[in-house]
Amino acid sequence: MSKRGELGRNGPLALAFNGLFLAFMLAPILVVCVVAFTPEGYLSLPRRGLSLRWFRAILDYPEFITAFRDSVWLGALSSTIAIGFAVPAALAIARYRFAGRETLLSLMMSPLMIPHVVLGIAFLRFFTQIGLTGNFFGLVIGHVIIVTPFALRLVLAASTGMDQRIEHAAASLGAEPFTVFRRVTLPLILPGVVSGWVLAFITSFDEVSMTVFIASPATNTLPVRLFLYIQDNIDPLVCSISTVLIVLMAVLMVVLDRVYGLDRLFVGTGKG
Amino acid sequence: MKRRRAATLVPYFLSAPALLLFLAVMIVPLIMTALLSFYDWGQYKGIVPEFTLKNWREMIADDYFLEVYVRTLRISLLVTLFSALIGVPEAYILNRMSPRWRPLCLLIVLGPLLISVVARTLGWALLLGSTGFLNQALVSLGLLSEPVGFMFTETGVVIALTHVLAPFMLLAVWAALQRLDGKVEQAAFSLGASQFSVIRKVVLPQIIPGILSGSVIVFALAASAFATPAIIGGRRLKVASTLAYDEFLNTLNWPLGAAVAVLLLVALVAIIVGCNRLIERRFAQVFE
Repeated sequence: MSKRGELGRNGPLALAFNGLFLAFMLAPILVVCVVAFTPEGYLSLPRRGLSLRWFRAILDYPEFITAFRDSVWLGALSSTIAIGFAVPAALAIARYRFAGRETLLSLMMSPLMIPHVVLGIAFLRFFTQIGLTGNFFGLVIGHVIIVTPFALRLVLAASTGMDQRIEHAAASLGAEPFTVFRRVTLPLILPGVVSGWVLAFITSFDEVSMTVFIASPATNTLPVRLFLYIQDNIDPLVCSISTVLIVLMAVLMVVLDRVYGLDRLFVGTGKG
Repeated sequence: MKRRRAATLVPYFLSAPALLLFLAVMIVPLIMTALLSFYDWGQYKGIVPEFTLKNWREMIADDYFLEVYVRTLRISLLVTLFSALIGVPEAYILNRMSPRWRPLCLLIVLGPLLISVVARTLGWALLLGSTGFLNQALVSLGLLSEPVGFMFTETGVVIALTHVLAPFMLLAVWAALQRLDGKVEQAAFSLGASQFSVIRKVVLPQIIPGILSGSVIVFALAASAFATPAIIGGRRLKVASTLAYDEFLNTLNWPLGAAVAVLLLVALVAIIVGCNRLIERRFAQVFE
């Protein structure tokens, strides 16, 4: 009995370690959120009560608000397009053994391993040559490439786990291939598609290292604008903007955790 | 007969759009960048599309570039080491945690992965500065006699990057722990092994592949990190990715910047592929 208790439970040392680890993970995020509420005009902890002045100050910087809007559009567009490419490719990879299958899979997953700075440089060179610089369309293309691996991974996990006999049943009852896809396949892989879309959206929304190369003053994303601002000076304004971002992501995160499970979301490989 | 021929073409139809997209807007630009690194450049003449080894010679001859690449390597190795030192025990502890607390702890540990790297790095900039909150706390606790500036130092970059990347190590080890058979641990316990020797002799050998693949991921991400070294390292402490950025957007010497980026990519791919080969050969039986 005592042996069993010893095996299953974490000792006090383990719990202390866990506490320190969680504190380490939370500390920088919390400090940003706390400083955002300072009533002072400079970086400080809000000792004289909380104030919303730095949240109101965001409204005086329309460039951050347009950047936020552009980021949302960019994220939504590029994740939707990425899903459009990922779903058929995932079905092909999950169901068929064809020449070039492995190559296709590693090609589509490669943006995970290629440094985003290198991709940014490559896109900048490419877009300059074909006359697409400073264009929102260019940003969308770049982001589609970067978020496709995330979309593909989750759609692939869903399609691999799915029972194909249901499709065969539908087909043998006379359903056209596209009807089978729309009425049978898509509903079955929908959790993977939705989670893949959300993860792709978040990835696009947070991306800095590639975007910083191809963004222009006219078309800029929020994280890039924030990054360029922070490089010059750090003030409570960037804390309040970051707090808004953190809260938004926290909401999305809880939703994703409920719908899909955070650990599965990141571990999810082709094997399911 | 005809139908069967058509059926073998289905996967090609399904994957053609993605394949064409990646060839056209990823592979072609990467090749163009590789070519660019062999072009000439001058302050007044700009980019001249003539084949030259000038940029590559400059990178080899100038010690500054060597210093930057060595620094990138050193930071990446340290981040990988620290991520393993804290991520592996945490994964084991989380795995044994009661189902009541585990979801919350997992949310806290993995959640930051979804939060903008800029926001997280901003937090470290606030904590690490010489007037930062970490220094104030340490000085007021009497642990430090005077503030230490972590900003613009490698130590600061390593701390912030470890925070950003440790969750990836944890995930890789977590996946390995999920495959573990708890009964083996129980058997070792019932045979009288201590907690320490169960971890060392039963658990650790089985999760080493997870630790190694986590290390490859963390190393690759650390070596290509951009926003964190740019903010914490400042303008003087350069790593390969911030150096490439500088050449492109400040000096405007694109061919040299392209050479810096291509070298980073080639070195990284060589290291990743080499490590994966080594891991697969050494632990072939675990992956079966």
